[in-house]
Amino acid sequence: MTTATFSYATIAPALPEIVLLALAGALLVADLYLRGGEERHATYGLAQGALAIAAIVTLGQMGGPSQVTLHGMYVSDLLGQVLKVATLVTVMATLAMSRTYLRLRGLLTGEFLSLALFGTLGMMVMISAHHFLTLYLGLELMALSQYAMVALERDSARATEAAMKYFVLGALASGLLLYGMSMIYGATGSLELTRIADSIEHGDSHAMLGVFGLVFVVCGIAFKLGAAPFHMWIPDVYHGAATPTTLYIGAAPKLAALGFILRLLANGLQGMTGDWQQMLVVLAVASLLVGNVVAIAQSNLKRMLAYSTISHMGFMALGIIAGDDTGYGAALFYGLSYMLMTLGSFGAILLLSRAGFEAENIDDFRGLNQKSKWYAFMMLIVMFSLAGIPPTVGFFAKLVVLQAVLDAGYTWLVVYAVLLSVVGAFYYLRIVRLMYMEAPAAEISVDPHPGTGWVLSAAGLATLVLGILPAPLLDLCVRAIAASM
Amino acid sequence: MFQGYVLSLAIWVPIAFGIAVLAIGNDRAPAPARWTALAGSVAGFLVCVPLWTGFQPTAEMQFVEMGSWIPRFNVSYHLGVDGIAMPLILLNSLMTVLVVIAHWEVVTEKVGQYLAAFLIMSGLINGTFAALDAILFYVFFEAMLIPMFLIIGVWGGPNRVYAAVKFFLYTLLGSLLMLASFIYLYYQTNGSFEILDFHALSLPMGAQILIFLAMFTSFAVKVPMWPVHTWLPDAHVEAPTGGSVILAAITLKIGGYGFLRFNLPIAPDASHYLSGFMIALSLIAVVYIGLVALVQADMKKLIAYSSIAHMGFVTLGFFIFTADGMLGGIVQMISHGFVSAALFLCVGVLYDRVHSRQISDYGGVANTMPVFAAFFVLFAMANSGLPGTSGFVGEFLVILGTMKVSFWFTFLAATTLITGAAYTLWMIKRVVYGAVANEKVAKLQDVNGRELTFLLILAAAVLALGVYPKPLADVANPSIQKLLQHVGQSKIG
Repeated sequence: MTTATFSYATIAPALPEIVLLALAGALLVADLYLRGGEERHATYGLAQGALAIAAIVTLGQMGGPSQVTLHGMYVSDLLGQVLKVATLVTVMATLAMSRTYLRLRGLLTGEFLSLALFGTLGMMVMISAHHFLTLYLGLELMALSQYAMVALERDSARATEAAMKYFVLGALASGLLLYGMSMIYGATGSLELTRIADSIEHGDSHAMLGVFGLVFVVCGIAFKLGAAPFHMWIPDVYHGAATPTTLYIGAAPKLAALGFILRLLANGLQGMTGDWQQMLVVLAVASLLVGNVVAIAQSNLKRMLAYSTISHMGFMALGIIAGDDTGYGAALFYGLSYMLMTLGSFGAILLLSRAGFEAENIDDFRGLNQKSKWYAFMMLIVMFSLAGIPPTVGFFAKLVVLQAVLDAGYTWLVVYAVLLSVVGAFYYLRIVRLMYMEAPAAEISVDPHPGTGWVLSAAGLATLVLGILPAPLLDLCVRAIAASM
Repeated sequence: MFQGYVLSLAIWVPIAFGIAVLAIGNDRAPAPARWTALAGSVAGFLVCVPLWTGFQPTAEMQFVEMGSWIPRFNVSYHLGVDGIAMPLILLNSLMTVLVVIAHWEVVTEKVGQYLAAFLIMSGLINGTFAALDAILFYVFFEAMLIPMFLIIGVWGGPNRVYAAVKFFLYTLLGSLLMLASFIYLYYQTNGSFEILDFHALSLPMGAQILIFLAMFTSFAVKVPMWPVHTWLPDAHVEAPTGGSVILAAITLKIGGYGFLRFNLPIAPDASHYLSGFMIALSLIAVVYIGLVALVQADMKKLIAYSSIAHMGFVTLGFFIFTADGMLGGIVQMISHGFVSAALFLCVGVLYDRVHSRQISDYGGVANTMPVFAAFFVLFAMANSGLPGTSGFVGEFLVILGTMKVSFWFTFLAATTLITGAAYTLWMIKRVVYGAVANEKVAKLQDVNGRELTFLLILAAAVLALGVYPKPLADVANPSIQKLLQHVGQSKIG
């Protein structure tokens, strides 16, 4: 620590981030010179290639020992690798699904793609952070890229409004988080997670100040996650942003936020588990209620999915409330399965949208079964999975979370979550009902853009297959948590 | 050769055929899908036959299969049947064949999806009866909701969407509470989801009552017991004929089966403690719902209410804790499977010709459809419990068993012999007999060969079970004895 060593061995664990940064920078420059026409073959290919290479490098690291490097700023372990690969794959799928949609609206620009890459880099840094400074750095890199992506559709008043709301509230949340971090620094004398944990464990910290700091940190996290009562921005931003941006914001960053929570609460502040558990209980209870009940009243699918996100984040928080490895593993499994379902549900909106037509009203799904049996079936699987009906992965996600919560002794929370799941089932059923039991809407036609169709099918089938054979993924989650704690 | 995999075949053969039918389904040329579905349902029935021929008359679980599924949580692919589950699997597989035959000229829209939904559901139901692992049971139990939801909602009558959503949400609420109690039991058994381990577990009274109530919510909705029965008439009336058949003949039985497999053995003390409550609900179903059936103007609704009343007999039989009552309940389940299916198919035959289910639109059908009328009257007699038909055996045994417990319970239960006969025969009188009521009835064609096939199969089953129920009793008795002995021992402490 004292001698400033800077060798390949110290930076090697951060190779995925370094590779992605280099390629994203290269993309930014190359895009100025490349001509790909409207399709932007070269830029798009480069972006997907960069993500793929980063994913391969991360996969190559799997199985190695956990290590903390760069003066305690950065950690490389199985948890980080699993989350990073999932994030990279999700972003790749997002881009593949969005390509035609973006092209038809003149949004498929080098800026969009490089912002997406930099945002992804931010997520990866967040996932691997072992220090408050790195955490914050990653978070802001991700958030700033996202603000800009929402604002990219500059002729749309709705998108501009959404970007403004997102930015102002996001900045507020960052402020809260920083304030909380500074208090924890004051209480423990360190910004590094291991040392914070040691300090709390040995009783060297200022307990009162630490709890104050924790309150602010949890508020900041809740905002980023979109848990009630810090959820106000989610429906507006989801609704206002172009659908690919919504998908980008709605999917991968949730994994980064989960990584952030696991590192910060479960690792760094584990000595204060009793304190943050109570705060998360409030967040989870409020999120499940707001998300599930308000979603019923929505007629816009993007808004409905926004509220559904809120409720799912509440459910994921339940796993963390359990406060043990089983619970964290359950939360991780929940997060990964939620990615699949998000890709599926937003993918369906992208699938039905054409030039000049946004298929974002729930009514646009009317009679989809008569137009396309296959895609209606995929959407059916995804909706039942969101509702938690077997044999889909959503059921096992709920099962493992409920199991962990019951083990932690919160029987009333289990009953509460179960009752609100029934409320939730009602609005997912509404989509299925419209697709299968109503006559088709005239303006809908399904001629899938290849990328969208393939990814949507893959997400739907994965939801089903993992619902029948969940053991390998479950095992991976448990191992990842065990390796990181 | 496949002796070790009979149950797996019973589950997966129909599902595999269902997926194939889904793939080849084509509305312009439905014939391949239809024949594949028929082949699938017959194959599904044939693979179940070894269950009957190879069954040993003991209380042990048989045809056991065990495989690891989710090792992390000790969830296994554990299948097996005893004398209670095995007849229900056979009944289900047979009904699937009949439903496929019955749809033939009737369903013309989205034929592939319709048949696939039935085949897949048939496999899932077999899985529900065969599962010995609680999570495996739950997966089958819940997954079944998806095809049933679609069957009611897509191919049903005018108010089908309301009925489908009601059906789904009612069932989901109950089953999620049951899931919570499974997880609780998982921790009490130190990490096992085996249903048989749940049976062996000692539990304090308070926990037993909560578990009983959680599972009761789930199974009472399925049976359905008064007062959570209101989804059933809606769902039945709106469902297509095949949907009604499967709903009445099979899915209601899952509720009864659930009481025998879960409530009674897992929470025996709570079962005794709450038996008065269960008997009261059962008697309300028998008496009150019987009277409700009397005033129905819609034939399907009448049969639906009659189903609730008959299922009241089943739960009554289970909760008086006598061997006669329990055997009667089981025989009643099987018998009601045949009789209600037959009655719904008869109404379907009429509906396909006249497109009305109102009793008042008919009259004098016997004049134009004599063969059909004969069958309809036979099934109506079975429904009202005429000796010689299967309906008599179950009701008689339950009444016999109840007599050992209380005269007044018996008295109330026996009123069904009057009300049941009244509503069924009064419907028959108005629909079948009398002068030809209108032109539509005058133009009716008698049953064709296809319809005759399923009516004959069901008539044979109803009479066989009515005249000689011994084979069924022999299969079920050892399991009943074991269950009663188990329920007789307190689990507290």
